[in-house]
Amino acid sequence: MKKPSWFNVVSLTVGFAFLYIPMIVLVIFSFNESKLVSVWGGFSTKWYGELMQNRAFLDAAWVTLKVGFISSTIATVLGTMAAFVLVRAGRFRGRTLFSGMIYAPLVMPEVITGLSLLLLFIAVGMDRGVSTIVLAHATFSMCYVSVVVSSRMATFDESLEEAALDLGCSPWDAFRSVTLPIIAPAVASGWLLAFTLSLDDLVIASFTAGPSATTLPIKIYSSVRLGVSPEINALSTIIIGLVTIGVLVASITSKRAIQKQKRGELLAEH
Amino acid sequence: MNADAPFAPWEDETATPLIEFSNVTKRFGTFTAIDDIDLKIYPQEFFALLGPSGCGKTTLMRMLGGFETVTDGRITIDGTDMNGIPPNKRAVNMMFQSYALFPHLTVAQNLAFGLKRSDMPKSEIDGRVEEMLRLVQLQKFASRKPHQMSGGQRQRVALARALAKAPKLLLLDEPLGALDKKLRQETQFELMDIQEKTGTTFVIVTHDQEEAMTVASRIAVMDHGKLKQVDTPDRIYEAPSSVYVADFIGDVNIIEGQVTQLAEDTAELSWGEGKPAIRGMAGENLSISTSGAFAVRPEKVAIFTEEPMDRHNRVSGIVEDIAYLGNMSTYYVRLESGALIKSQIANNRRISRRSITWGDTVWLSWTDTAGIVLAS
Repeated sequence: MKKPSWFNVVSLTVGFAFLYIPMIVLVIFSFNESKLVSVWGGFSTKWYGELMQNRAFLDAAWVTLKVGFISSTIATVLGTMAAFVLVRAGRFRGRTLFSGMIYAPLVMPEVITGLSLLLLFIAVGMDRGVSTIVLAHATFSMCYVSVVVSSRMATFDESLEEAALDLGCSPWDAFRSVTLPIIAPAVASGWLLAFTLSLDDLVIASFTAGPSATTLPIKIYSSVRLGVSPEINALSTIIIGLVTIGVLVASITSKRAIQKQKRGELLAEH
Repeated sequence: MNADAPFAPWEDETATPLIEFSNVTKRFGTFTAIDDIDLKIYPQEFFALLGPSGCGKTTLMRMLGGFETVTDGRITIDGTDMNGIPPNKRAVNMMFQSYALFPHLTVAQNLAFGLKRSDMPKSEIDGRVEEMLRLVQLQKFASRKPHQMSGGQRQRVALARALAKAPKLLLLDEPLGALDKKLRQETQFELMDIQEKTGTTFVIVTHDQEEAMTVASRIAVMDHGKLKQVDTPDRIYEAPSSVYVADFIGDVNIIEGQVTQLAEDTAELSWGEGKPAIRGMAGENLSISTSGAFAVRPEKVAIFTEEPMDRHNRVSGIVEDIAYLGNMSTYYVRLESGALIKSQIANNRRISRRSITWGDTVWLSWTDTAGIVLAS
């Protein structure tokens, strides 16, 4: 291998430092003994212990996970259906308008989405709580799911479905036993994307959350306004850890799948 | 049926067809893909739909499979009107051009897919799968996934899957299109063998005329949604009903002129001032003193250095090109009228000394029954 040039080494270091130094600082200070965020008082895991005692944070975390699961599942079902119609229905009047309308929320400012949902919930007299956050999250993340799924659907060989019908499947059976297993990876990554977006969201959640339900981002944001506590650092470190594990698992699985595919192709030549 | 008689149910007035198209028309918007077609296909036939792309052959086949509806007319299979019957309710299976093997299932699971959805008892499914694997010689590959197989193997899995439910009718959409030439020729014979073994009626769509000639009991030549001719391969080749068919199947020489004489099965065509008329078999729908076209295959045109006075059909011209193909040579002879006629001569002996060369004046001749006079 060629020795990397001086210039490349520097730009790589600066780039990664820019991205990761804030997070590294956060992780280090989560193990700080001292209550002061900016003064190092020795290594300790006591803030993790305190965090486990903090009901407000645990409740918020639970709400966030619940909202994430439910809203991303709803978004996946709706988004997959939308993708199906847009790819399969062929040319119909106003198709461009429809697909444009599906994608518009992607570029819509979140403040506007949040505000309009808030107005809607007030208008229909819905009490703000877990259900309103779920609905709001399903609404905006559904577009992302439909983008992911429809790009997979576009390359899906329709004769696979016809073959299933030909071999005696009803249309629903053909979808369940042929189409769905084949597009499953896209549907799953759509779900993951929706889940991440939901965990992440502060703006829309703060419009649609009520006093009875607070999500973790809202909780963190509001406690930081009262001053950064080491507990928040500990919580953030846990989140960083979870995300890292998630990304690693996902990339290892997809790498394995690619290797398996390659082995299969090699096998075909014999 | 007499065991010695050749298989030709289409000539038997009393035979019942398996498939009957009556006045079938299919329109996509303003485009007419199938234009008022009548066609009968008999049990155990190997029937080929042949034509250039966009001629409607695939649409015709997809209507049999239930993937396209009929705009007008009626299709019956085994006496039942197929209108409104979805693909999963038809005793018809299809082998797709892309093979459409389910990538998430193994070969054995692919073969069992249709059987599981039939009324076959569970205990018999494994046996049937085994039997199909043996038929296409893929016993060793039962647990492989489709992407772990070569193109030729996938093609055989697709065939076995389509045959597993023992359909009355098997549709094959360009089944050999993705294979290379050598494999294609081998597979053609394998297909014929399997068709004979299973006794299933096959309808194949192809744009490859050689393939259609090799495998089919009858061929339908299509163009612009119409059937141009439906006949056995030899009749299509030797007695095409139109210039289009003659030109589409194989190589042909066409000479245009006027029909001057018409007997029961011979006709004469005058084609140039002071030239003796050409005599050939009479095609369909001919009438005297109308314009016609004479069609003769290059291999039936003999070449002479001197005028063959004993032959009725003789024309002279100048050798413009000679194509040496190894097993045969093709002479391109320009007539005075400007027409270019090809003569194909088998190279039975080594050509150490060629008696005819470029620029020579030669005579071309053919027998009275070698060509056919067609209405144009």
